[in-house]
Amino acid sequence: MPISIFTLFLILPLASFIFQLSIGKRIGRNSHWVSLSFIFVTLCIALGNLFSEISHHSDEHASNLVFNWIDLGTFKIEHGFQLDSLSAIMLVVVSLVSFLVHLYSTEYMKGDPRYTRYFGFLGLFTFSMNGIVLADNLIMMYVFWELVGLSSYLLIGFWFEKDSAANASKKAFLTNRVGDIGMFLGIMTIYFFTASLGSATLSFDGITALFQSSFSSFTPADITIVTIAGVLIFCGAIGKSAQFPLNIWLPDAMEGPTPVSALIHAATMVAAGVYMTVRIFPFLTPQALEVVAVVGAVTAFGAAIIAITQKDIKKVLAYSTVSQLGYMVMALGVGAYQAGFFHLTTHAMFKACLFLCSGSVIHAMHHALHHLNDHKTDPQDMSNMGGMRNKMPITYASMLIATLAIAGVPLFSGFLSKDMILAGTLAYYHAHHGWTIILPIAGFGAAVITAFYMFRLIYLTFHGEPARKDVYDQIHESPLPMAFPLMLLAGLSLAFSFTFNLNPMDSHGWFTHLISEGINVVGLNMSQVIDGIHHAHHDAMIISLTVAGIGIGLAAIFYLYKLVNVEKLAGVLNFFGLYNLSYNKFYIDEIYDAILYRPFMWFCNLFSWIDWDLYDQKFIDFWGWFTLKISDGAGYSDYNWLDQKLVDGFGKITNKFGQGLKVTQSGIIQNYLLGGVIGFVTIFIIFKAF
Amino acid sequence: MNESILTLLIFIPVIGALAMLVFAQFGGKENPDGFKWIAVIATGIQLLLGIWLYLNYNPTDTVLTSAFTVQKEWIPQFNIQYYIGVDGLSMPMVLLTAFLSFICVISSWKITKSPFGFFALFLLLDAGMMGVFVSLDFFLFYVFWEVMLLPMYFLIGIWGGPQRQYAAIKFFLYTLFGSVFMLLAMLTLYFYSDPHTFNLIALIDTAKTIDATLWGFQIKYLIWLCLFIGFAIKVPVFPFHTWLPLAHVEAPTAISVILAGVLLKMGTYGLLRISYPLLPGEVYHFATILAVLGVINIIWGAANAIAQIDLKKMVAYSSVSHMGYVILGMAAVVSNSKAGAEAGMNGAAMQMFNHGTITAMLFLLVGVIYDKAHHRYIFFPKDYKDKALAGKQGFGGLGAQMPIYSALMAMAFFAGLGLPAMSGFISEALCFIGGFSVDTTFAGESSIIRILTIIGTLGILLNAIYFLRAFQHVFFGKLNEKYKELTDISLRELVCVVPIALIILILGIYPAPLIEMIAPTFSNLIDLIQSTPIMGI
Repeated sequence: MPISIFTLFLILPLASFIFQLSIGKRIGRNSHWVSLSFIFVTLCIALGNLFSEISHHSDEHASNLVFNWIDLGTFKIEHGFQLDSLSAIMLVVVSLVSFLVHLYSTEYMKGDPRYTRYFGFLGLFTFSMNGIVLADNLIMMYVFWELVGLSSYLLIGFWFEKDSAANASKKAFLTNRVGDIGMFLGIMTIYFFTASLGSATLSFDGITALFQSSFSSFTPADITIVTIAGVLIFCGAIGKSAQFPLNIWLPDAMEGPTPVSALIHAATMVAAGVYMTVRIFPFLTPQALEVVAVVGAVTAFGAAIIAITQKDIKKVLAYSTVSQLGYMVMALGVGAYQAGFFHLTTHAMFKACLFLCSGSVIHAMHHALHHLNDHKTDPQDMSNMGGMRNKMPITYASMLIATLAIAGVPLFSGFLSKDMILAGTLAYYHAHHGWTIILPIAGFGAAVITAFYMFRLIYLTFHGEPARKDVYDQIHESPLPMAFPLMLLAGLSLAFSFTFNLNPMDSHGWFTHLISEGINVVGLNMSQVIDGIHHAHHDAMIISLTVAGIGIGLAAIFYLYKLVNVEKLAGVLNFFGLYNLSYNKFYIDEIYDAILYRPFMWFCNLFSWIDWDLYDQKFIDFWGWFTLKISDGAGYSDYNWLDQKLVDGFGKITNKFGQGLKVTQSGIIQNYLLGGVIGFVTIFIIFKAF
Repeated sequence: MNESILTLLIFIPVIGALAMLVFAQFGGKENPDGFKWIAVIATGIQLLLGIWLYLNYNPTDTVLTSAFTVQKEWIPQFNIQYYIGVDGLSMPMVLLTAFLSFICVISSWKITKSPFGFFALFLLLDAGMMGVFVSLDFFLFYVFWEVMLLPMYFLIGIWGGPQRQYAAIKFFLYTLFGSVFMLLAMLTLYFYSDPHTFNLIALIDTAKTIDATLWGFQIKYLIWLCLFIGFAIKVPVFPFHTWLPLAHVEAPTAISVILAGVLLKMGTYGLLRISYPLLPGEVYHFATILAVLGVINIIWGAANAIAQIDLKKMVAYSSVSHMGYVILGMAAVVSNSKAGAEAGMNGAAMQMFNHGTITAMLFLLVGVIYDKAHHRYIFFPKDYKDKALAGKQGFGGLGAQMPIYSALMAMAFFAGLGLPAMSGFISEALCFIGGFSVDTTFAGESSIIRILTIIGTLGILLNAIYFLRAFQHVFFGKLNEKYKELTDISLRELVCVVPIALIILILGIYPAPLIEMIAPTFSNLIDLIQSTPIMGI
């Protein structure tokens, strides 16, 4: 395909944004056809590009220079498109989910006073996300990285009348900025390091090629620099992909409309961190990858534990997303490059499906509650649901398929990708031993928990007796524009979609053919890693099947058959504070609030007090006061002493003297003559004397 | 045209002010709108001339080869010249001055208190600013520098807010305090140069040959310090910055725009125009201190902005923070990496222009809400005169009530916090890149500027905090019942704000027009400084 076609990935969604914000409101509800058709065209081009990539697949990375952005002479930044199978797949993922979410939103957002603005923001998001995908260098990625942050901010805060939404959007943006500082520092480190190697570059291929040719001459100090740079850039991913310790924003981001959560906070934007890590994977040193793996493992396991106890259906899915993103990151950390990207893609499909299904449920609940004039009941709380499978069969079936996928059941896509990741962690342990055992433990542990909490969600929502009969009676299945995306995404959650192969244990197919197994030019021996993964594959599969079975079984015992009283169990666990620990998300928000936010605000207020009340008003104005006092003193002494005392003193003395002399002015001639003679004699004597 | 264009740029506003004087005698009393129209015409012509200059400007020219340069005798007894010209350093500032002056006249349309005085003084101020940016003779520069002060004093002191007189006198005295040091430096340069001259181009060659000491210090070093104090007050560099929040807050909207948009840049402009080329050796020794002060500005300004409850004061402190980027970028001139020095210096120059536009937009928009609601508190102060309001949120929920205004404010805020696709991002990133490059200087010494820059990147976060916090409390949440009658931004206000918004966006996406204008000049300046042999103090 000609390179200029790829600009459409940016132009069309951006045009949708501009259209909706400028004249969309005047057209009203029908303006969504413009956005829908623009995104549909984008999807068609993305699909066409993917098919051509599949048919003429080569490992050659095509990168085209299109834009000389900054040129200061020596310092240059050039932007181009990264066109390879990774971007081809990501473009399809983004366009597809974006299109389905657009379609779904035509029903979900019906009647919203800011309907057209909503579609505009979706366009802005799609534009920025495509920019990330197509970026061939770190700065261009950073630019669009921040722009998805903007669209995320705007969409989380879409219902800004709610304080919780306004807070969540701010929190999301600021938390991401923390990671972005690291990313920016990393970019600068890489830039000046490549400059010191003689060819300053920020393009992914350029850095890879440069390091490949010069790695043999790297000193240990150089390797440390590359490690630091890699970890710093990865900080961006920690923020964007909600990894520990910057995971706090994503659950709050659920304040946005649910289709937005599906698109941005599940399928695509949060995966951008993983996508970026995939892009920088070739120049992440083994030490940097170790950090990546640990961050991923902690996140995958920790978030899964939190998800167990959440009551809000979207919160469960939010923590599940955090946990699954942790899997992807961990996969990259242990060198399972293909698995990480595979899981990104499968996760995009089943998690988008899960969110849209939950949106369908919430939508139905909301309408039912609205019908009953009940504005107190939370439509997202699972304890108000139950038995909904009879009322919402399409939603139920789709959600079940997606849940089977995320739980890692054979025949479904998540099984394939998660299995590859788990094999990767196992292989990593086999290769390194020691503490690295925590990686497979976190991986398999999170797998049990995932299966458990996802089926807990299914059972609480769709099975059992309805918690509120009156609400239940008003529940209806969602209309076709909402149901169609669910079915399509459920279809894409089947393993078959990625392999075209009926053997549920075989992950080979068009997808794995398209994605290479990854290269690393800074010291990681990829062929060893890949061999290790192949060897571990069999064991991993058996364990993962077992753990998925345990998780689903436990969920069924607790929530479907109710053989154990869950409340009591929670009480027992709470004896050690465990239940509350999970329910309150390990108190991370509270800890940050106490050790970061509050002291920070206190210091800002202190600085302000120092700056204004102390420094300016006291110190600077002191000089004004001082000068005034000096002037006052000078004025006082000038008049009272110098003028009144000294100058006028002379006057007074003269006056007094004159008064005294006045008596000599007697008018008696003899006296005058006598005085004249005395004077004359005196002068004569004085002259004589000298 | 070539010969007279710069002179016209300076004196068109003066002619406008004189025209007002005549008009005031003949019918001005009954028809106060006439003063506004004269001001619009004068600044409009100036803006058109500025655009003409931009279209005909050749970036690769230096002031020596440029066709626009004018060099005439003025006071030959003291070798003082009327020497004016433009290069890549002054060009963006000239355009910014012409552009913002025009916008400010339109934005001041509702001035009712003595329009004659306001607009006449404004035009004089405009002439002074233009003069500063084109002067190539130090004496002329100093004259224009002082010419600006007086109208500014009256504009703040008469048309300002409740504390206007305190603010005006503080601004005046503080700046005058700096001017004294500048005067000292100017006269020292004059008397130590041989032949005695104020010509800034000639001084590039002669100033570095000054070899004398005073109290054990090199004279050159003392000159640098005096110049630095003079310019630092204008920037304002910490700790000389406290006149700024007061003056910005008390000044009327248009004057805040000029103060933050143009006047602050004169400080950094002076450093780049005078201190840098004349005293390159001292620049080298002072670079680390510059970087320290730049980083303090970034962080201190932002931390203070976070604590503000008055929207305008917050924007004022954000200027302190954003000018810190310029200082940090300027310190990068000592980098051993050519690319880094270029990034820092060009970034600083671009930040001067970009901050001029962004902060102008911010102040104009804050002015819009102030005109409508008669206050601009994010939160009312705890000791507010109305006890019922004290400590409460000032606005809230305006996003639904004033969609266009809130969209523009969002854009201005995001431009301020350095979002990509807005011009501020590029210049701030370049300043950081420049500072980050300096782990070794061009003379081979190791430097701590990289470490300082790493600390400075905290500004990326801090700047976002106060803008988003303000945005949330003004525009998000439930609509404050008091403001449900508030109308959206008016057409006249849109005319002021939208052109600025477009410039911010265009330069954010396609910065080449600005870069092409400045890069050659800065390339020369970097070469000039880096080719200087470095000696001890």
